[in-house]
This record gives sequence, structure tokens and C-alpha cells, in this order.
Amino acid sequence: MTLTHTETPAYTVATPTVRRPSPGRARRSLVKALRRLPVWILVAVLMVVVLYPQVWMVLGSFKTQSEFLSNPALSLPETWNFDNYVTALTNGNVARNWLNSVLVTIPSVLLIVFIGVAAGYALEVMIWKGRNGVLLYILAGIMVPGQMILVPLFITYFRIGITDTLWPLIITYTVMGLPLTTFLMATYFRSVPREIFEAATVDGSGPLRSFFVIGIPMMKNAILTIGLVQFFSVWNDLLIALTFTTRPDLATIQVGLLSLSDEYGSTQYGPLFAAVSINIVVLLILFLTLNKKIMAGMSGGALKG
Amino acid sequence: MNSIFGDRKTIFILLAPALVLYTLLKVVPVGWSLGLSFFEGNSLRGFEWVGLQNFATFFTDPNALQSMWVSVFFAIVATIGQVALGYGLALLYVFVLRKGSTLVRTFVFFPTVLPTVAVALLFRSFVAVGDNQGPVNDIINFFGGQSVEVLASTVGTMTTAIVMTLWSSMGFYAVLLYAGLLDIPEEVIESARLDGANGLKLVRHIVVPLSLPILLSSIIFSLNATLKVFDSLLALNGGGPGTSTAPMTLYMYRTAFEYAEYGYGSTIAVLLTALCLVFTLAIFRSSRRKAEA
Repeated sequence: MTLTHTETPAYTVATPTVRRPSPGRARRSLVKALRRLPVWILVAVLMVVVLYPQVWMVLGSFKTQSEFLSNPALSLPETWNFDNYVTALTNGNVARNWLNSVLVTIPSVLLIVFIGVAAGYALEVMIWKGRNGVLLYILAGIMVPGQMILVPLFITYFRIGITDTLWPLIITYTVMGLPLTTFLMATYFRSVPREIFEAATVDGSGPLRSFFVIGIPMMKNAILTIGLVQFFSVWNDLLIALTFTTRPDLATIQVGLLSLSDEYGSTQYGPLFAAVSINIVVLLILFLTLNKKIMAGMSGGALKG
Repeated sequence: MNSIFGDRKTIFILLAPALVLYTLLKVVPVGWSLGLSFFEGNSLRGFEWVGLQNFATFFTDPNALQSMWVSVFFAIVATIGQVALGYGLALLYVFVLRKGSTLVRTFVFFPTVLPTVAVALLFRSFVAVGDNQGPVNDIINFFGGQSVEVLASTVGTMTTAIVMTLWSSMGFYAVLLYAGLLDIPEEVIESARLDGANGLKLVRHIVVPLSLPILLSSIIFSLNATLKVFDSLLALNGGGPGTSTAPMTLYMYRTAFEYAEYGYGSTIAVLLTALCLVFTLAIFRSSRRKAEA
């Protein structure tokens, strides 16, 4: 519907020239603006739908409980107090949860990326029999749901006695992230002209040295993109964190939030909203600075996977 | 030259970590789970071989069948919604907003990176009743209606879960499909316009057929993601009321880790994996048939 309205004016834009400002011009641009109106209404509605819930929650995190009861849904808090944040951080264990999330996410993402880049190089730049088979073998892992490996891993981690640490999470995330990362890195290396690596060998650099000196620096962009995608999937995960969290003080922020919501959910919004806001502030900062890479990386990963 | 790039030591050093981790912690567990699905018990109590008993139980267990239905229903409805909304937005970006779409694209994408738990808690508060009434009921009250306890019913919970999933994922599918639409050569659209195709006609006869491959990939990706739905239904309402909105993933989790039924839990995991495979293959086959026709 909106399409038919707008196609025509977009093409007339090119035709009027600046030669002589005619009296009809002002009217024509008014007509153009009016024709554009449905589009602007549509975009405005879209923006409200997307932004309103988020703004509502962030504003809520600064409100007192009585403000929640008395004030209409979209109002600024009377004072910007941080009491809810203090409550969430002290009573709710949120600080510990947040720290756990950081302690799990950073090593996992570093391991995924580093091991994945190395494997991608070995499978694409190095030439050997059977490398395509190995790539397919690793690729098959993308299809497998997490549930399929949880029970055996749980038994194993319990047997070797690491369930009291964050290691089960780090190890499991690394394994879950590897297939896609390896596959994507292999495709990125494929797009690099072989001559670059060959030239390096002529200069006397061995293939292992070339990996560190040429391979990694050249893949900086790809590494950042994949790292971001993996960061979000590890930070946001609930299933694995829930399964391998044996003690409350090992809980990541998502698990902590889930139990916090049982505690505060129906009685007090403030602390819960504050905890959610703490949870997403890192993501917001990352997204604001690197949104192009994130969007390209996530959609690229989906298509190839 | 080739002998240098065929250096076994280098290949081993670079590939071994990935291959060992992947094999030990993914491939072996998959086989292990497959094996466990023929046993009953857990590692404390010990395991007992029961053959196909677990699979037979699954298809007579009302909770299991319900969880499968929840997963399948959620996957189909959410996939249709996600891809349709995403496609609509992508068309908006490409043909209406054109160069000016960057900002809108970025804003609409943002909820994708939010943790599902956070989104679920947000929507739970959004539809809440009682002391902490959310905006949804405020609006209902404003128009003179009685407050509705949305999460007290299965239909209400499911609707909220689907709306929430669409809200947080439409921007992602929009960007995915947007990239596909950009790949359609400008000349093709141009010449179709000259031939008199416009608006919906242009979309139906030119744009949709040309973007069919990417639509198909999106559908497969979306089905595989939504069949594994876990966080949203758990965080929204704990799979409730009762267990009426508990998907297979949650039923598997509870069976294995709350009731310590490792064998039966593995059976559910195996069937979930099979379900994902069946759906993917079904889409592939139907698309191939369409291409041949």
C-alpha cells in the first residue's frame, strides 16, 4: 500500500532541475510531503513499538514503589534516585552475578575466537587431503541442540570434580561456539588471495609464523565480528548457565535475574528493573559503538549456518 | 610451495585444539546421549537397559506430547510471524526508506541483542495485574475494560510469548532479508517497472521470486531457533500455567535435572534433534519440488 504511494515521487525528484524556480514547486513539494505522510506515520508507530517498552523499563528502574502505583505508565520519575540499583546490587546478588557473567564470557569468547581462527587457517590456507571432510564434520555440529550434550557433560564435569567452579560454563560455551566460528573463519580465509601467504613463504616465513604474522592481523575485522556475535550468545545464554550452576554464587546474570524475578517479580518492580538495566548496559554500549559490525555479523552467521 | 602449506606439524598445532575439544565435548556426548536414550536411571542410581521403552513412554506420556505440541506450535507461529514481519520491514527499508533506512534499521535491530530473560521479564511486567499493573491493563482500563490476568491462561501466555519473540527478533530478520533484497539487480526492478509492474504486483511477481532463496534460509534458520525455544517461555511464566506452555526443551531440562531421569531426558533430547532435522528436510524438499515444477 505504501509502496504505490511513494514510488512516483521518488522518481520525479530527479527530473525537476534547478534552472528556474517555478511557482508550482512549493506546491509540488507539499504534495510530495503529504504523499510521504503514511510512511512517516508507519515509521513513527514502528519506533514507538520498539522503543516504548525499553524506555518504560529504564524509567521504572529509577522510580519508587509508590510512584509505580500512583503515576501513569509513561512519566518521568519524580527524582532520579538510584535506590533500586543499590537494593539490586546489595540484596539481590546482582553484583556477583554480573561479575560471574564477565568471568565466563571473556575467556569463552577469547577461546572460541582463537581456537576457531587457528582451525579455520588449518582447514583453508593449509593444503592437505581430507580437509573438506573435516570441515563438514565440524559443520555438522551447528545443527545439534544444546540439550543433546547436557546430560553427558553434566556427568563428566561431576566426575572430574569441577562443578564447584565456572569452568563447566567456559568449556561448554567454547565447544558450542566452535563449529560456527571455524566455518566462518574458513570462508573468510577463502576470500583472501593465496598469493599473500605464498609471498610470505618466499620471504622465508614458515606457515605457522605466517598464521601469527599475516593471518591473524588480516582477519582483525572478521575476528571482531565473530567475537561480538559469540559475546552476545554467551552473555545471553540461559540453558547452559542454568544446568551447570550448582551454587547461587556461581550464577550468571541471566540465572540471577530469573531467581530475582521470583523474589521481587510481583511485589516490587524497581529493583528488578534496575537489575535488568544493569544486565543490558554492557550490551547497549557495545551496540551503540559497533552496531554495523554486529548486524552484519549476526545476519552473516545465520545465513551461512 | 604446496609442501610448505602441507606441513603436518603446523596443521596439527592449529587444528588439534578445535578438533579435540569438538570431538570430546560435542561428538562423543551426542553419541552418549543417543546411547542413554535406551537406558533408564541416573549416574547415582545406576542405569538399566530398557531398549525402546523410553520412546514408547514418550508417545504415551501426556506431558511429553503436550511439550512437543507447544514447541511445534510456537515454532510454526513464530516463524511465520518473524519472517513475514521481517520481510515487510525489509521491503520498507529497500523500496520506501532507501538510503534513509540506516537509523530505523539500527533501532529496530537493537532488541535482538537483549537477553531473552530480560525481554521476558519486561513483557511479564508489561501485562501484569494487581499492585504493579502494567501498561497493557492500563490501556484496557482506560477504554473501560476490566483488567485481564493475561499470564493466568495458556492462550494469554502463548500470545505474550509470541508477541515478545516477534518484538525482539523482527529487526534481525529484517536485516537478514534486507541484505538479500539488496542483491536483486537494480536493472531487473527497473525494467519490470517500465513494463508497468508497480507496488504489490512488483513485489509479488518480481521481488518475492527473486528473493526466494534467502526467504527459504530465513525460514529454516527461524524454525531451528524457535523449535529450541527455552528461555522465553521459562522466564515469562515458568512454562505455566501448570505445564501448559512448557516446550520440549524445558520438559527435557526438568526431566533430566530436576527429576534426575537421565535416560528419559536423553530420549526427549534425541527426539527434539530429530524434530529439527525433519523440519529442515521438509522445507528443503518442498522447496526443491517447487523449483522443479
